[in-house]
Amino acid sequence: MELDLDRPNIEDYLPTDSIHEPLGKLRLRDLLDISPTLREAGGAIVDDSFTRCFKSNPPEPWNWNVYLFPLWCLGVVVRYGILFPVRVLILTLGWIIFLSCYIPVHWLLKGHDKLKKRIERALVELICSFFVASWTGVVNYHGPRPCARPKQVFVANHTSMIDFIILEQMTAFAVIMQKHPGWVGLIQSTILESVGCIWFNRSEAKDREIVSRKLREHVEGADNNPLLIFPEGTCVNNNYTVMFKKGAFELGSTVCPIAIKYNKIFVDAFWNSKKHSFTTHLLQLMTSWAVVCDVWYLEPQNMKPGETPIEFAERVRGIISARAGIKMVPWDGFLKYSRPSPKLKEVKQQAFAESVLRRLEDK
Amino acid sequence: MLGFPTNKTLLRDCTDGKKVKGLRRRNKGLKAKRTVSTLILSKNLIEIMGNTSSMLTQYDIEEVQEHCNNTISQQEIVSLYQRFCQLDRNSGGFISADEFLSVPEFAVNPLSQRLFRMIDGLNFKEFVAFLSAFSSRATLQHKVEYIFKVYDSDGNGKVSFSDLLDVLRDLTGQFISEQQRELVLTQVLEEAGYKKDSTLVLSDFMKILGNSGLKMEVEIPVD
Repeated sequence: MELDLDRPNIEDYLPTDSIHEPLGKLRLRDLLDISPTLREAGGAIVDDSFTRCFKSNPPEPWNWNVYLFPLWCLGVVVRYGILFPVRVLILTLGWIIFLSCYIPVHWLLKGHDKLKKRIERALVELICSFFVASWTGVVNYHGPRPCARPKQVFVANHTSMIDFIILEQMTAFAVIMQKHPGWVGLIQSTILESVGCIWFNRSEAKDREIVSRKLREHVEGADNNPLLIFPEGTCVNNNYTVMFKKGAFELGSTVCPIAIKYNKIFVDAFWNSKKHSFTTHLLQLMTSWAVVCDVWYLEPQNMKPGETPIEFAERVRGIISARAGIKMVPWDGFLKYSRPSPKLKEVKQQAFAESVLRRLEDK
Repeated sequence: MLGFPTNKTLLRDCTDGKKVKGLRRRNKGLKAKRTVSTLILSKNLIEIMGNTSSMLTQYDIEEVQEHCNNTISQQEIVSLYQRFCQLDRNSGGFISADEFLSVPEFAVNPLSQRLFRMIDGLNFKEFVAFLSAFSSRATLQHKVEYIFKVYDSDGNGKVSFSDLLDVLRDLTGQFISEQQRELVLTQVLEEAGYKKDSTLVLSDFMKILGNSGLKMEVEIPVD
């Protein structure tokens, strides 16, 4: 069984029931009995570890009796009638302050790059703080505050685009993101450009090489903002982590893991991008009571001698998952958008074929 | 309820009409027309009424249970309903090809195409009946019938040599040549007392597979 060097061996995780060792000569019964394969298919239809990663977990309704129901109604009135307008006001205020400082600085200080960068960085941190305030975000930061040092990248698990905002309010990271349409894309191309963000497009095939080149260039640049990467490549529901892409781990720099865990009692912060747009997601957050989360800045890791980038990525994923208390799953996040490689099916076919031929020889 | 496909429509509309292949997706009405306001309002109504499983009434659960001969328990039916709704992303009342193949564990299964042909376009009641063969309460007869149906792709009650060859090809892929496959199959058939051009019927399958236990059980997770 040759290993696909792009990903760890999935067979280590999947049940290998269909590759049980049968004994004796090949009979008609053995060829007709497709029950192991059928059982795997049935099991996949009933429940599978991949779909579980992207299941939204709305908070359990607690308004099930006559005493709590009026309280809940009151809560709805407070949330939609009082909190929401106040939050919209705060956010609008934040944007006004931000734009009135950012636009002049951007145009007038064109010559003084260093000063311009410092001010823009502070302004981006400011607008992120306004965003977090608009959801009544209560964020507990644990661990040493990240600083800009050469040859280091930060990696974190990904639940929603608000991960970026929460981390950005503490330190102005440069981030690598999927280019989004709409107003998000506009913000991406104007404001985030100033902190030094890198764009990619999942659907472009050649994009990977371009992206890794850009990553390398950024990390090697002396006064670029520290780079933040979400190696899962997609939003996962904060109960599981999917496989990390090895791109962040083969740059030859120190990797600083960050673990983020949201408290589900208050709101489910998972952005189910297939179900609703980012605007709906933000509205949902702004009409909940609070967004409570923990952020852990963990110990920087280096690639051990003799370790491949894949193993390094899995090791860091283990560290992050352990700290955040979430489970690891052996699937590639991009399977959300594409089909699994036929090689996985071929592995099963090859195993069955070999066992058939081997038993044929047994006379 | 505001705009949601009710359990009644999911069960009734699709079973009363005959499923006609090619005449895709009758009952466009099942696709709920939603506006943002009804969405927010109905979401809050769900919060009032409790979790989504209460959308399936006791009557519906019993109807489904009867349809699959009591092989699946009521709690399992509720679980399967949640799973069905989770897979049926566009709420069309059935699970399409894309939605099935988006489950990677299913897509990498060598028999996924065959199974997909059997499960395509089924509504929830038929979906549960399809999965009832995997229940621990299913009889051996039921399981053998199920395997027979997987082989008998044209549904004429007979499994020919080419049907057997098709399944073997799905299971072994490019790792055995076509000639070798035919040889293996012919040899094994002859040893069992069948000629190459004989067709197998259900009773043959029962005879061949009947006496040794078939392990085909899948546990349905119940919250």
